[in-house]
Amino acid sequence: MKEETNKKEAEKQIIDQAANEEYKYGFVTDIETNVIPKGLNEDVVRQISALKNEPEWLLEMRLKAYAHWLTLKQPTWGHINMPEIDFQDISYYAAPRKQAPEGNGEIDPELKRTFDKLGIPLEEQMRLSGMAVDAVMDSVSVHTTYREKLAELGVIFCSISEAVKDYPDLIRKYLGKVVPYTDNFYAALNTAVFSDGSFVYIPKGVRCPMELSTYFRINAAQTGQFERTLIVADDDAYVSYLEGCTAPMRDENQLHAAIVEIIVEDRAEVKYSTVQNWYPGDKDGKGGIYNLVTKRGLCRGDHSKLSWTQVETGSAITWKYPSCVLKGDYSVGEFYSVALTRNYQQADTGTKMIHLGRNSSSTIVSKGISAGHSQNSYRGLVRIAPKATGCRNYTQCDSLLLSDTSGAHTFPVIEVGNDSSVVEHEATTSKINEDQIFYCNQRGIGTEDAVGLIVNGYAKEVMQKLPMEFAVEAQKLLSVSLEGSVG
Amino acid sequence: MNALKQYIDLFEDNRAAIDAGSPAVLNAHRDAALNALRQAQLPRKGSEDYEATSLEDVLAPDYGVNVRRIAFSGDTTESFRCDVPNMSTCLYTCFNDTIVAGPNAVRNAGGVIVETFKEAAVNHPEVLAHYGSMAQLDDPTVALNTMLAQDGLLVWVPRGVIAERPIQLVNIFNSTQPLMAVRRVLVVVDDGAQARMLVCDHSQSKEVSYLASQVVEIVVGRDATFDYYDLEESSPRTHRLSTIYARQAQGSNLLIDGITLTNGLTRNNYRISVDGEHALTTLLGMTIAGDQQHVDTHSLISHNAGHCKSNEMFKYVLGDQAVGAFAGKILIKENCPRVEAYQGNRNLCASSQARMHTKPQLEIYTDDVKASHGTTIGQLDQDALYYMRTRGIGEAEARRMLMQAFMSDVIDGVRLEMLRDRLYHLVEKRFNGTLAACSTCASACGR
Repeated sequence: MKEETNKKEAEKQIIDQAANEEYKYGFVTDIETNVIPKGLNEDVVRQISALKNEPEWLLEMRLKAYAHWLTLKQPTWGHINMPEIDFQDISYYAAPRKQAPEGNGEIDPELKRTFDKLGIPLEEQMRLSGMAVDAVMDSVSVHTTYREKLAELGVIFCSISEAVKDYPDLIRKYLGKVVPYTDNFYAALNTAVFSDGSFVYIPKGVRCPMELSTYFRINAAQTGQFERTLIVADDDAYVSYLEGCTAPMRDENQLHAAIVEIIVEDRAEVKYSTVQNWYPGDKDGKGGIYNLVTKRGLCRGDHSKLSWTQVETGSAITWKYPSCVLKGDYSVGEFYSVALTRNYQQADTGTKMIHLGRNSSSTIVSKGISAGHSQNSYRGLVRIAPKATGCRNYTQCDSLLLSDTSGAHTFPVIEVGNDSSVVEHEATTSKINEDQIFYCNQRGIGTEDAVGLIVNGYAKEVMQKLPMEFAVEAQKLLSVSLEGSVG
Repeated sequence: MNALKQYIDLFEDNRAAIDAGSPAVLNAHRDAALNALRQAQLPRKGSEDYEATSLEDVLAPDYGVNVRRIAFSGDTTESFRCDVPNMSTCLYTCFNDTIVAGPNAVRNAGGVIVETFKEAAVNHPEVLAHYGSMAQLDDPTVALNTMLAQDGLLVWVPRGVIAERPIQLVNIFNSTQPLMAVRRVLVVVDDGAQARMLVCDHSQSKEVSYLASQVVEIVVGRDATFDYYDLEESSPRTHRLSTIYARQAQGSNLLIDGITLTNGLTRNNYRISVDGEHALTTLLGMTIAGDQQHVDTHSLISHNAGHCKSNEMFKYVLGDQAVGAFAGKILIKENCPRVEAYQGNRNLCASSQARMHTKPQLEIYTDDVKASHGTTIGQLDQDALYYMRTRGIGEAEARRMLMQAFMSDVIDGVRLEMLRDRLYHLVEKRFNGTLAACSTCASACGR
């Protein structure tokens, strides 16, 4: 009995340790930043547009979105306890001042040091993996590597601000087509004030030879980041795109409201992976990023495929539902997610699979892990339109609870409109199996390692879908947070 | 236009008559219900809890309400012959909303007390005090029922009593005018008692529109066992808004089984609160819908204590233009360890125009639990069909057999053997379309 108590005690200590683990990306870069004054009004929208030298049509789109945003209310349907955000208390544009002239490959050394510290070297020759990176700090893209090499194949990979200038026809054709500004509250806000992000265009028949990646960093205080990413894969193209993000440790909550739009044409394939590690707040739930993003892909072509993979470990509040609109016949949507919450983090995340094309299929695998006082929800929609015959969906969402003060919830919605489609949904919630830990203990594996093994096994299905470089980072992230967390 | 207004006006105009015709305990809840309704906004179709059903449309028609307690008469034996063979029950019939005891109903059958609220108000006021203890007035359908209810049936199984004969309540609509019936049932099963109850819904006219507003409250005491079977065989123009509340004490065993074979539009709410440890909850449901039938089920099993087990399974077979909806939530509150909860929803869409909406939900706040749910929407297994046809079974017959097999685990959950056999028979008839040909009584079940 006493031994049992000691064991419980030891487990508790390990959990506390894990819960108190420092956020190692929480430093602040001391760099001069141009920040526009706080507040949001039509002038701010015009100012952002002017700062970026945008064409008239884009300014019009922003103003329309702003006018629409004014008519909307902050949504409250999430299983999230979020104070009302004061949108006048945020600065909507912040840019590192000493930006290098475009194209010559030189970057401000302080910035470079920041990204080196984050493990994102911006020097092309230093890259071992051959991954092209677009680095975004606060509101602007700092540097994009390998642009020229990619351009030889016709692949466009640059910041969206540059794309507006260099490829106005493409941007005009695709921007806002998957996520219109009328979509939701945060989409309207983002369309009005979006700053930077990446633009990717893969021409017909091109298989992008390297992984494309964007690294987002919030640095300036009291600002929001409103990035916008647009990926277009033309017929028979393929691209794998990765996204990573970190922010400094601050007591205040910062807002990150992004839009990601993806268009996949006939027989093309896009693989979109995210390792989200925004600052999650301290162990008492103070500070942290509100990550409220709209991500949606349109599988427009027949036999097209879009795959979302996400590892969510950061943010005080996560509210995102990367979705697939499967418009093409035989199109495929996938969603693989691991969401880990601890301390007072709250995550309400999942996906939407909207089947419009015949014989389209989708797979959803969602793994939630909740520890501390966190709340972790899966929310999903699978809709099969009446004309979308022969569709197939399989959904599995599992939750692992590591403490008796955390919560795990699932809110799936399934709508089927014809008799030739098959939809399956399964969900389980449980804690780590004590028998498995006992088994490992018997074989000489300590409880802490056993938990690591079990949780890694639990998340493996999703981790395997990540590109190698990211899988390593994601696994490290998970192990930092999970060491010894036995419920 | 808020459809509730006509009911509020009706109530305010006839308050004196309603109060005069009802026991005091029912009148005591009316003000709160009225206030709740005045503030209520009917949820729009597509909103979180009413994904597929528009309450506004259900409540909008002008139904007659029997506020002056005009006695409806009917011959029980003529009206209802669809009883369960070989099963002797204490039969009560509710004509519209007037309860009549059947010929073989015994007021005190083996110690079980079955009375109308009016009788209970005199004889057992302490038991009737449970009235309204669970019903939540923030639900407009429940508030509406509470505001207008004038009578109901009390089933009281005193401590330690084991009821041999099941209690049967047959709800029958037999009006020639569109009518809304406000029905209410209170079941109190004291510690260690056991009972079973079967409720059947029927309509005697296919042409007249009816609206049934039904609220059932069930209190299950310590180590008590209670089975509640709810079988709906009404008509295409009968709409039903039903809510069943149940509260379970330690070690209790509750089974609720809701079956819809024929109806117009049905919304069934189940709200089960498991308050004691080591309780077992079984919630089953089965729907076979064709034509324009609409069946919407919404369930909440709230585990407020540890070491409990719940098992929930709803099955739908939808044909023609039928619409099915299922939203279920399992809630496990903080500090409720060792709860095992399963929720299943399996659906067959047998026509290209049938629609199914489903939303199984888990909300878990304790780590040491096992909770899971599974949902499928699909068709009959083509391989199984092919196999049967190679063995000389015609396609239609093979389909029927497979659909019947699909329903079998819900029917097998019925703990009354006679009723189980009867259900197999009814489901078979429903699937081969001969339910309509049944002419034993005046009910409009399948016609």
